[in-house]
Amino acid sequence: MAIASPDQSTAKPKRYSLESGLPPVVSKVLFAVLAVFAILLPFLLDPISSLLSVCIISLAYVILALGLNVVVGFAGLLDLGYVAFFAIGAYAVGWLASGFFVDANVHIGVSGFVLNLPGVHMNFLIVLVVAMVLCAIGGILIGLPTLRLRGDYIAIVTLAFGEIIRVFAVNGDQIALPFGDAKLTAGRQGITPVDQVNLPVLGQFTQLDLRPWYWLVLTLVFITLFCVIRLRDSRLGRAWIAIREDEVAAASMGVPLVKTKLYAYGVGAAIGGISGAFQASYLNTVNADQFAFSFSIFVLAMIILGGLGSVWGVVFGAVLLSFINSYLIPDVLRTIPEKFGLEFELTDLGFGIFGFLLLIVMVLRPEGLLPEKRRQIELTEGVGTGESTFEVRA
Amino acid sequence: MSPDTAADPAPPESARPEPALMTVQGVSKVFGGLTAVSDVSFTIPSRSIVSVIGPNGAGKTTFFNMLTGLYRPTVGRITFLGRDVTGTRPDLITKMGVARTFQNIRLFGTMSALENVLVGQHSRMKAGILGSILRTPGVRKEEERVRTVGREILDFVGLPASSFDQLAINLSYGDQRRVEVARALASEPKLLLLDEPTAGMNPNESDRLTELMRKLRDEKELTILLIEHDMKVVMGVSERVTVLDHGMKIAEGDPATVRADPTVVEAYLGKQG
Repeated sequence: MAIASPDQSTAKPKRYSLESGLPPVVSKVLFAVLAVFAILLPFLLDPISSLLSVCIISLAYVILALGLNVVVGFAGLLDLGYVAFFAIGAYAVGWLASGFFVDANVHIGVSGFVLNLPGVHMNFLIVLVVAMVLCAIGGILIGLPTLRLRGDYIAIVTLAFGEIIRVFAVNGDQIALPFGDAKLTAGRQGITPVDQVNLPVLGQFTQLDLRPWYWLVLTLVFITLFCVIRLRDSRLGRAWIAIREDEVAAASMGVPLVKTKLYAYGVGAAIGGISGAFQASYLNTVNADQFAFSFSIFVLAMIILGGLGSVWGVVFGAVLLSFINSYLIPDVLRTIPEKFGLEFELTDLGFGIFGFLLLIVMVLRPEGLLPEKRRQIELTEGVGTGESTFEVRA
Repeated sequence: MSPDTAADPAPPESARPEPALMTVQGVSKVFGGLTAVSDVSFTIPSRSIVSVIGPNGAGKTTFFNMLTGLYRPTVGRITFLGRDVTGTRPDLITKMGVARTFQNIRLFGTMSALENVLVGQHSRMKAGILGSILRTPGVRKEEERVRTVGREILDFVGLPASSFDQLAINLSYGDQRRVEVARALASEPKLLLLDEPTAGMNPNESDRLTELMRKLRDEKELTILLIEHDMKVVMGVSERVTVLDHGMKIAEGDPATVRADPTVVEAYLGKQG
């Protein structure tokens, strides 16, 4: 009998083959090459070029997509309100790292000119942790009412929750908080400016040099990837996949449905909060209009395009779609309508183009561009568990 | 029938001769206007193999689902190891030591045989979110242990080692049944419920499964509750047979008695003459 050798060497190779179909050595080398390329990329670009900015935004989207993938891809809970966590993460920055609460005078872990500004100013790392905690709590709260639901019904409830958060954000300038004349949000006007990130080694971030921003978000991507992969290959990850495959069987095998689902919501939300906090700092604003329903769909489209459940597919899908969205359409292909003598902005067709892309992928490669092996089997060979009528009390 | 066990939280290793592992008292299940199970009482003695038989639609699987927590009984009381488990969540019942297989195999099709068994061990593991991310020595050790145990269990049920890492959906029907039993065993049960384990098996395969059941009782000291259609299996392996028809218990006793019971014959074949 093969006994598990020390470390995870018996588990890993098979996981890789399940994920990408590549031998483990090849995937490791491939990953190393890509990682080095990603780290060195800013040296090839102008430090304030719009292309570097596009890279930063797409990496922020990668984090979002990885987080949503935990909920939708791993645990199979269709969440259409993911923008809520992006919003909560962003407001963590708006509340704790800006002059928004003018009456307050709190400075933690900051230095330089920020010390003289009114408002609450905390170091980005503290805000990041707060954002994650707030989002995890939010994720669990949003998850609770969906626990008894399945499939489409989860989608509708989460969609509504996403909208609730958006409406709160939009109307937050009318909601007075019990201290001073502070309001909940700044509504459509936005909380701006917010503190620029200031980190020990990288120093004070500015809009004049985008490289530190890039490395920061890349680090966050690596950390998220690490956590997500570790979780996927753990007891919890197996429980998520088991629930996705067959809830009744999973419960009968001792997987507590409520706890396991709430973990998925919480982890997914916390990851979304990381991205929200980063983007708020980077874009220097927390504006209620950022948190539209279409944002949730955009992130969902990324993970479906890349391959639901597949970590690398999701990374690929997120990079691809955000490049199309923020670079290809507004920059490269912008002049196409003009050339045909047509008078419209190509950016107006953004969602039409995404829809078209998704449609093509769904017809030609329904499991996504870099599918998770499991999902591929499910779609091509059909793993029918059928409808169950068990009244599993979740 | 010994309903008094409820008050007595006897540990499993109780030295009494044949303590009831599970007792069921007057359990019914009503779906809308349909009474699927009606006032069934039942005990499962420790370290025995008992069977529930009955024609199609007799309520056997519904009965099973109440024992494992998938259904809450409309009325009645179920105790396991002296504790009331009526309507307890399925995962908690599993944790207490009841495991089951399903009539229509419900493996996690896109997980490997070994991974299926690892899910079965879920309730016996501790790794949490942070531990899993950091892969602490404890988590590492636990993961190693469950993989070793998982392979041992798969080996025990007779799955060839070459199939351990095959996806469950790619396994043969007989092997899938075996993996389902292995997955149930992985939760370290005291009571194993098998819902028509030989359905769709050829005589050779069901003989091997019968053998496995005996092995489980004798080597692993398990108690087995069996729902079965194959009379050869039931009569060969059971110490006691309970017959359900239209949700009611119509007969109970050792295999030979039950087989000779005219009400049982009537339930299966209709009234004679």
